[in-house]
Amino acid sequence: MGKKNDNLPIVVNDLHKAFGDQSVLNGIDLRVAPGETLAVLGRSGTGKSVLLKLIIRLQAPDSGTIRVAGQELANLNEEQLNQVRKKVGFLFQQAALYDSLTVEENVAFPLSRHTRMSGAEQKERVRELLADVGMDRELGKMPAEISGGMQKRVGLARALALEPEILLFDEPTSGLDPITAGEVGELIVALKQRRKMSAIVVTHDVQQAQVFSDRLVLLHEGKILAEGTFVELQESQNEVVAQFMGHGS
Amino acid sequence: MMNYVAISVILAAAVSDTIARGGLRDQVSAAKRVLISFVEWFGELGIFCARLARAAVVPPYEFGELVRQCDSIGSKSFPLVALAGAATGVVFSLQTRDSLVRFGAKSLLPAVIIFSIAKESGPVITALIVSGRVGAGIGAELGSMKVTEQIDAMEASAVDPYKYLLATRVLACILMLPLLTLASEFCGIVMGWVAHTLAEPISLRLFLTNGFKDVMFSDFIPPTLKTTVFGLIIGTVACFQGVRTTGGTEGVGRSATSSVVLSSLFVILADVVLVRLILLVWG
Repeated sequence: MGKKNDNLPIVVNDLHKAFGDQSVLNGIDLRVAPGETLAVLGRSGTGKSVLLKLIIRLQAPDSGTIRVAGQELANLNEEQLNQVRKKVGFLFQQAALYDSLTVEENVAFPLSRHTRMSGAEQKERVRELLADVGMDRELGKMPAEISGGMQKRVGLARALALEPEILLFDEPTSGLDPITAGEVGELIVALKQRRKMSAIVVTHDVQQAQVFSDRLVLLHEGKILAEGTFVELQESQNEVVAQFMGHGS
Repeated sequence: MMNYVAISVILAAAVSDTIARGGLRDQVSAAKRVLISFVEWFGELGIFCARLARAAVVPPYEFGELVRQCDSIGSKSFPLVALAGAATGVVFSLQTRDSLVRFGAKSLLPAVIIFSIAKESGPVITALIVSGRVGAGIGAELGSMKVTEQIDAMEASAVDPYKYLLATRVLACILMLPLLTLASEFCGIVMGWVAHTLAEPISLRLFLTNGFKDVMFSDFIPPTLKTTVFGLIIGTVACFQGVRTTGGTEGVGRSATSSVVLSSLFVILADVVLVRLILLVWG
């Protein structure tokens, strides 16, 4: 079992995290297979975003282990941790674009830091990435000058810049109108089919989760309450699961 | 005697009443909380400084960003600092002239202006101006980046924010403060001469000759170099307050304000220590 798990892109074991007296995650176990997209569902404040931040070590867990791209995060020094982070793309809830840089500079930022590409090669690559997300006409604009949906697209292009093996999405469709949310959802499905990356998508949008995920887990009170395909969760007899799935669909 | 007894009885009654209502206990626990947060703040600052020092020293270095920050902190602060320096020179000239005339020491006016500006007012006024402009700017910018997860995004892209964002800003403050101080002192001395010559015409050459006649390097170099410490304080405090911002836009406002208040306070306290140190070393 251990050997088998070593090859998985993301393996989380018995993860605990608390902030002061408030326990947020209370023994989480997760596996994400190569090429698989896992949706993490749950009500607001159940620790979904915290889980993603722990997986990329923006926060440290209180206990438990996290293995990403074959590396045990707790054993890594800063340099080794950064090598793992280069293999992971992260789309933040509010896109988190650097507001002092243009759209083009935002997407070029990881390339300029971690590759030996020339200026012209970087420009070419940035255009390709932005074209992939339908944003190749807004290169010179500042993040404040584009809409929330556009910011998410640019954030996605930036997350893809280093061709990561794993993608983490924190509420990719929240705060967007249904049409734009649908477009972002379709974009994730298209990327998944084209790039065959593993992904975790944190969302409370059950309909969107059905579109872009292979498997779903439902977080409740710091634990995984249910795990399975969309149909399996929909057929669950558990009251909380049924309420969540029924409310969402 | 009766008055003392009456006062003692009233105080005892007030204290016992406060204890009975739990007021004293509340005040003690509030004081304890303040003390703990005070110690925590310094503890966190210590950890922050250690990480910052490591990020600044260990390669690779962020020269491009450092130059950008030097421009932002240095050249953009120049007009304000120059204006403050010029105003100080004029005020010194006007105020001191009146006092020196009373004591029959009017000929010392150029030396008094130059000594005052070079030894104390130039460095401290420049540091306080930079603390206001740059400290607030850094605190607000980093605070805003923190609450909108831009700093997390940078860390997630395998870029060390301590190296890229913080060390560059602190180093730029350290490098720019002495240069801004020189600019401020230059403007102060020139405007001191202008104010002097409007009251009593004197050539710039004679003003400078009289003023610098007894000035030694030890009067000029240590006070200018102490501004590197002021730069370190302003940059470090502003960065620290910025990256520990919580609570949305309100928190950003709090960080900007506390950056200015704390860095100004520490600059003044450091000045007391540094002046004593300079006097010990250079007499």
